Amino acid sequence: MSGADITYGEVSDRGTAIARVVFLACALVTVLTTFGIVLVLITGSIPFFREVSIVEFFTSTEWSPIIRPRSYGILPLLWGTMLIVVGSALVALPVGTLTAIYLSEYANRRLRRVLKPTLEILAGIPTIVYGFFAISFITPQIQRVFPETGTFNALSGAIVVGVMIIPMVSSLSEDAMSAVPDDLRNAGYGLGATKFEVSTRIVLPAAVSGILASYVLAISRAIGETMAVTLAAGMQPNITFNPLEEIQTMTAYMVEVGTGDVSVGSIGYQSLFAVGLTLFVMTLAMNLLSQYIRGRYREVYD
Amino acid sequence: MSYEDTTDDSLVDQRPTAGLETATTNSGTGRTIIEAEDVNVWYGETQALHDISMEIPEQQVTALIGPSGCGKSTFLRCINRMNDLIDTARVEGAVRLRGKNVYDDDVDPVALRRKVGMVFQKPNPFPKSVYDNVAYGLNIQGYDGDIDARVEEALRSAALWDEVKDQLDESGLELSGGQQQRLCIARAIAPDPEVVLMDEPASALDPVATSKIEDLIDDLARDYTVVIVTHNMQQAARISDKTAVFLTGGELVEFGDTATVFANPESDRVEDYITGKFG
Ligand SMILES: Nc1ncnc2c1ncn2[C@@H]1O[C@H](COP(=O)(O)OP(=O)(O)O)[C@@H](O)[C@H]1O
Ligand SMILES: [Mg+2]
Repeated sequence: MSGADITYGEVSDRGTAIARVVFLACALVTVLTTFGIVLVLITGSIPFFREVSIVEFFTSTEWSPIIRPRSYGILPLLWGTMLIVVGSALVALPVGTLTAIYLSEYANRRLRRVLKPTLEILAGIPTIVYGFFAISFITPQIQRVFPETGTFNALSGAIVVGVMIIPMVSSLSEDAMSAVPDDLRNAGYGLGATKFEVSTRIVLPAAVSGILASYVLAISRAIGETMAVTLAAGMQPNITFNPLEEIQTMTAYMVEVGTGDVSVGSIGYQSLFAVGLTLFVMTLAMNLLSQYIRGRYREVYD
Repeated sequence: MSYEDTTDDSLVDQRPTAGLETATTNSGTGRTIIEAEDVNVWYGETQALHDISMEIPEQQVTALIGPSGCGKSTFLRCINRMNDLIDTARVEGAVRLRGKNVYDDDVDPVALRRKVGMVFQKPNPFPKSVYDNVAYGLNIQGYDGDIDARVEEALRSAALWDEVKDQLDESGLELSGGQQQRLCIARAIAPDPEVVLMDEPASALDPVATSKIEDLIDDLARDYTVVIVTHNMQQAARISDKTAVFLTGGELVEFGDTATVFANPESDRVEDYITGKFG
């Protein structure tokens, strides 16, 4: 070995250093964007909350920041979002979980290789397409059963969002169940458990943290879902128990104001930031909850 | 054949078996409980076992020994039809449990496995409490007696009760490796099977934990028929009454009383294997 060979190390070191800076810069873009969004939401909301007390914002049951008589209670929008969340969860959690059990425990390898990507394609369809699907197909079906149903209604929105988040539940839950070691399945079979018992009483409980985390992420997605619910469920703030009525979610309100002609600086414009901040806090809370569940209840297998 | 000629049709019947049978000594009952006849197993195109025939005595310890890959685990899994779970596996021949071929069409493998418990190489407790681990088999089998009592009894039989009686609600995964394996033994015997299959149950354990398991196996044979795979010849010599020697290629080359097999094997290949010339 000649001594000259050693200099070769310096060249590769310089490459490493450059790469490190590039990677760091890319990572910083994401972090800075997040901070930027939070900053914009907060500073944008401050003028709003100078006019409107936080108590009124969270307790008043009327939302009408643009049309007089003005009123600034976010509850009707929260209620609209909640109807969509509950309704879509009722669709997606059972269907998604059963799909995951089928994929992980029952489907043979060839079928799984076809089904899983198909589900993931479902997750990639633009949400506006889901919205069109809701008004052109789901709503007419609902109207056949309940003729009094309006063109826009919460049920149609909830169903379409439910369908939209099924792949999230099934795919993440399937990952969690597939990660359960075969040793545990064999232990169950060795004790005379049936396939159904192994699936539901061994694999499912062993994967519970991953499954719950997928539920929370799916719900978070339903909270933030915009285009499909705007198209399907409508733009009418409404505290109602009747899912056949038109409602408005927080996101749909933001579409309405963001695309409307409110003047910059008006209270209507400022309300956009207040609603956006509320939405951000809710989805952030759900994401933190999902991480907590995964960390707290993670099963340790060596 | 020395087992009773009345065939046992309870495999078809799914009810859990009744209470404990009378304990006897390790000398066994003199009856054959399992009789394998011309068992051949393939994984896909590859044959893993060739014409295995043997008679396993009731309430004794039968050891299966041989070099790695010779088909010991495969043979063990034929007895409780765990090979059914492997897509590529195909089994031919007969394995009779008290005279009833477990491969007959009317045998439900789920019912069979309730009579033939299994302990695996790597301890595999469920991520549940110690209590729930032991009670699992009783629960799925719909046992309607005193589950608490059976859990305690099984843990005592597995020589684990004194160590865990104050932590029955804690996760089975919190126990040490040796304790986990004894927990798995307790789990396997709680539903009171007739046969307990063990696949190298001590191979992942340290010497102290291993010797506890060996003592335990000796005790278990008073109530149960034990079939144990081991690649440790000293262990086989210490704990078993009968020894079956498999050699590479999936053949059974020697089967008989452990003392005879070790002191005076019929086959030269077995003698070479036992004296450590290969394997
Ligand atoms: N699931 C399986 N699929 C394919 N081949 C297998 C499988 N299990 C075991 N074999 C093969 O069968 C032979 C016997 O294996 P095994 O019964 O595990 O031997 P042992 O327990 O004596 O080490 C080996 O050649 C092994 O590679
Ligand atoms: Mg083996």
